[in-house]
Amino acid sequence: MTQTAERTEAGERTALVELDSVSKYYGNIRALEGVSLEVHAGEISCVLGDNGAGKSTLIKIIAGLHRHDGGTFRIEGEETSLSSPREALDRGIATVYQDLAVVPLMPVWRNFFLGSEPTKGTGPFKRMDVEFMRRTTRAELLRMGIDLRDVDQPIGTLSGGERQCVAIARAVYFGAKVLVLDEPTAALGVKQSGVVLKYVAAARDAGLGVVLITHNPHHAYLVGDRFVLLKRGTMSGSHTRDGITLDELTRQMAGGNELDDLRHELERAPAPAHLGAVADGADGTGGTGEKQEKQEKQKDGGR
Amino acid sequence: MTATAPAPTPSPSPDTGAHADERLLKRSPLRKLLGRPELGSIVGAVAVFVFFAIFADSFLKASSLSTVLYASSTIGIMAVPVALLMIGGEFDLSAGVMVTTSALVSSMFSFQMTANTWVGVGVSLLVTLAIGVFNGVMLTRTDPPSFIITLGTFLMLTGLNLGLTKLISGTVSTKTIADMEGFPSAKAVFASTLTVGGVDFKITILWWLAFVVIATWILLRTRVGNWIFAVGGDEKAARAVGVPVDKTKIGLYMGVAFGAWVSGQHLLFSFDTVQSGEGVGNELIYIIAAVIGGCLITGGYGSAVGAAVGALIFGMTSKGIVFAEWNPDWFKFFLGAMLLLATLLNAWVRKRAEATK
Repeated sequence: MTQTAERTEAGERTALVELDSVSKYYGNIRALEGVSLEVHAGEISCVLGDNGAGKSTLIKIIAGLHRHDGGTFRIEGEETSLSSPREALDRGIATVYQDLAVVPLMPVWRNFFLGSEPTKGTGPFKRMDVEFMRRTTRAELLRMGIDLRDVDQPIGTLSGGERQCVAIARAVYFGAKVLVLDEPTAALGVKQSGVVLKYVAAARDAGLGVVLITHNPHHAYLVGDRFVLLKRGTMSGSHTRDGITLDELTRQMAGGNELDDLRHELERAPAPAHLGAVADGADGTGGTGEKQEKQEKQKDGGR
Repeated sequence: MTATAPAPTPSPSPDTGAHADERLLKRSPLRKLLGRPELGSIVGAVAVFVFFAIFADSFLKASSLSTVLYASSTIGIMAVPVALLMIGGEFDLSAGVMVTTSALVSSMFSFQMTANTWVGVGVSLLVTLAIGVFNGVMLTRTDPPSFIITLGTFLMLTGLNLGLTKLISGTVSTKTIADMEGFPSAKAVFASTLTVGGVDFKITILWWLAFVVIATWILLRTRVGNWIFAVGGDEKAARAVGVPVDKTKIGLYMGVAFGAWVSGQHLLFSFDTVQSGEGVGNELIYIIAAVIGGCLITGGYGSAVGAAVGALIFGMTSKGIVFAEWNPDWFKFFLGAMLLLATLLNAWVRKRAEATK
């Protein structure tokens, strides 16, 4: 009972961003159809989906790169259709792309302020406030726990996790109300993923609404408050955190029954001996059985 | 240099080099210098200077140096805006003939309208800038790469230069405008000679320096400079963070057009008449100077100072061979070798800068 009460309460608060059965078509290709998503301040809404599920299209609509073709898109209750990334930024929506939208050859401080450089002076002597830019970049990164020896180094020399954090720190610094993160942990190792997720949570605690796009249900469940599942351009599920378990999320994410079938296939008895014998030359015939055979062979060789 | 202060660990034993942070802090000034885009060109310029100082007897004379600087400046005025364009990730193959177009427009407008030469100079500025805008708009509104689009502009201008000049003047060169109103003052601005300490210096050297100073200011200290690096380094990323990519590129093409206008007016006012077939091939010289100066051909990296030094190398080599009384056929060989060396050095720099993970 209390759960339902909470949920209606949350529903009545104006969402920072609200998509209501939004659709997008590229010619005769249905990229997205009937997808709904709510983003509230201080919450993380996760969008999960496999490759080609329409995650990128969804991001592009929220980020202002594409206009949606159907449904409604509200920012703080006001119906809109964004015409450019600049407009999205001005409305408080900052997107951190998979490729991070950083220019590898440019120094960290130039990247940090790219597109929104602070200036001083007037007329022909209007110039970037370089001292301020360097100082602020260093301070903001330090706040996120990155101690750069030199903000002049090209951003391409930072590690993937560090670059991700620079991109997030940049969005937070520029007063984003909504932070859209496109697969922030996709290319990272376990430890660096943890670091990045920590900053995602930090951004949430700072009162931002976060949209976390991912295909990793484990990462999503660690921090998410709402989960929207996409499949082949349509919404295959929408849950709040207390309405779903990690196992169920993982199952749905992988296509539910399809996963069961796959598990069944993979859990078949070890391959018979005659398959194991040809396994070195032939490929892809067996799953776990083949591996076991190989391991046993290696052991044999060791002796 | 003082940035290395916040590590008060005075462990003097060199054996602790394995500690990651301490190792990172060691960044010698030499290494910093190696990261500068101009480095290759400056080393090259010194080498070329020493080479000709040894092998060409008259190279070190003040008058020879003045000649070298003049030759360098006529290339440098164009190499600097072309370098900015390359940092912005684009080419302009029409830059060479645009100079001729600019001179032709100025000369023919003044002559045909019997107007003050300054009117022709003004009209020429508008026309040349319009060509730059055309290049920029075509590039940003359509798909083909700048190489193809400006190749088209290059061919069209080459044809227009010859065709229209023949149509209007009846010959391949324009009529002299030396006796027209405003000629002396325009000549003073674009093609005069200044005598400093008994040595004659062409005013184009001042134009060249002004271009370098302004371009460096724009690149390193203004928002536009940040945008230029960004659109050349990663156009998609720049667009995503709100950089006005199209305006930046159009602006860069207008910069090249402005350089072409200054060069064109110099051409006109130093010789009174203009040959309509001139300028073909010069666009490559500007690009080579920019590349020798450390501009990456793929964009996003380079400097105006480097391009100016690239032009200086060009000037020293072309005149040095004459002073050394060698067959000028060797010029192209030297140039090619210089270009290759510079490109290899740049590739190495980029590898260093982009080393990820």
